[in-house]
Amino acid sequence: MTRMDDLKKRTVTAPDGEVFTVDPMKEYFCDKRPEVQEPAHPLLEKFFNWARSNSLWVLGWGTGCGSIELPPLTTPRFDMFRYGVQMRPTPRQAGVFIISGYLAVKTLKRVIRAYEQMQGPKYIIALGSCTINGGMYYDSFNTINRLDHYIPVDVYITGCMPRPEAILSGFVELKKRIRAGKAEGANDYAERFDWYKANQKKVIKGWDMPDYNW
Amino acid sequence: MNEILEKIKSKYEITDVLQKRDDLLFFSIGKKLLVDILNYLKELEGFTHLIMLSSVDWLEENKFQLTYILNHPVNKYDIAIRVDIDRDNPVMDSIHHLWIHAQTDQREIKELFGIDFPGSPGVNDDFVLEDWDDIPPMRRDFDTLKYATDNFFPREGRKSYDTKEYMKSKLYPDQG
Repeated sequence: MTRMDDLKKRTVTAPDGEVFTVDPMKEYFCDKRPEVQEPAHPLLEKFFNWARSNSLWVLGWGTGCGSIELPPLTTPRFDMFRYGVQMRPTPRQAGVFIISGYLAVKTLKRVIRAYEQMQGPKYIIALGSCTINGGMYYDSFNTINRLDHYIPVDVYITGCMPRPEAILSGFVELKKRIRAGKAEGANDYAERFDWYKANQKKVIKGWDMPDYNW
Repeated sequence: MNEILEKIKSKYEITDVLQKRDDLLFFSIGKKLLVDILNYLKELEGFTHLIMLSSVDWLEENKFQLTYILNHPVNKYDIAIRVDIDRDNPVMDSIHHLWIHAQTDQREIKELFGIDFPGSPGVNDDFVLEDWDDIPPMRRDFDTLKYATDNFFPREGRKSYDTKEYMKSKLYPDQG
């Protein structure tokens, strides 16, 4: 089975012997564009934002060298749980995506899939100089330079790599932005969806996945 | 080590013999004799382990240099064999029948240097890159900065210093 063969139409035999056809591109994926989530009544929205900011569930996926700075956050020394931050194993259960360091084009493709599968409200924290301007890999042929051209970033944390303290301060910053109603990355993605898709398709040559990955 | 070198010399035309360490010997051999000598060293002389296969691009001399490093697990010494191949016709004989893991090295070299190993299983599959559409990126005439500038979105205002000059101006400002 080669790459992405699992997205082709095929006949499947179930464990009970039933034979049926599957067309993953039609059946597994939504055919509707993402929509902008309008804010609720101001008072209610304020309460919602307070609630959102207090339960940040992070997708446990490290994309670069910075992911080595995430495990210490779960230890008693740094203890991110006191901020209401915890790790989740799948995109469906997570609300915060940490892009931890340099991002190869190959990884970017998986990041897009995972990000689009996350349910709102969702936020992105980008760690390190590689996600900001390419960092020490600015002239590399397979790592992207600016993350915010491909997926919307809510908070950047500088450093190469940022220490766990810096990441905690990034979480605090993200909470402030959420409470102020400024962390609108997901809405920005829905608004400028075509622009983001065009940029993504520029670097991911041979695009072979659905446009809407949810 | 000298003993094995004499044995090889009596059998094959080798050049550029270089004893790097007591337990590490380099030499070059012609492209056509390579598989033969590897087979000989593996089957008869006990060099049963292929440590690695690497490639260097000698752009100015218009050649690629492949280095095969073999290990003798009993006597604890290594032999590195260098082969030059023409840069305009980068084809080399596959050695996957001697060491099955060589096919991974060959697949990597095919992708990153564009050196073909006909017959090696899966040599045309993607290794680390997906849908690469330029010349192989590890070749020295591939301009990686230009590729990055054209394809990605460089952020304005980035400054790069020449490391040597910058450190000199920082550490010894009075020396101009």
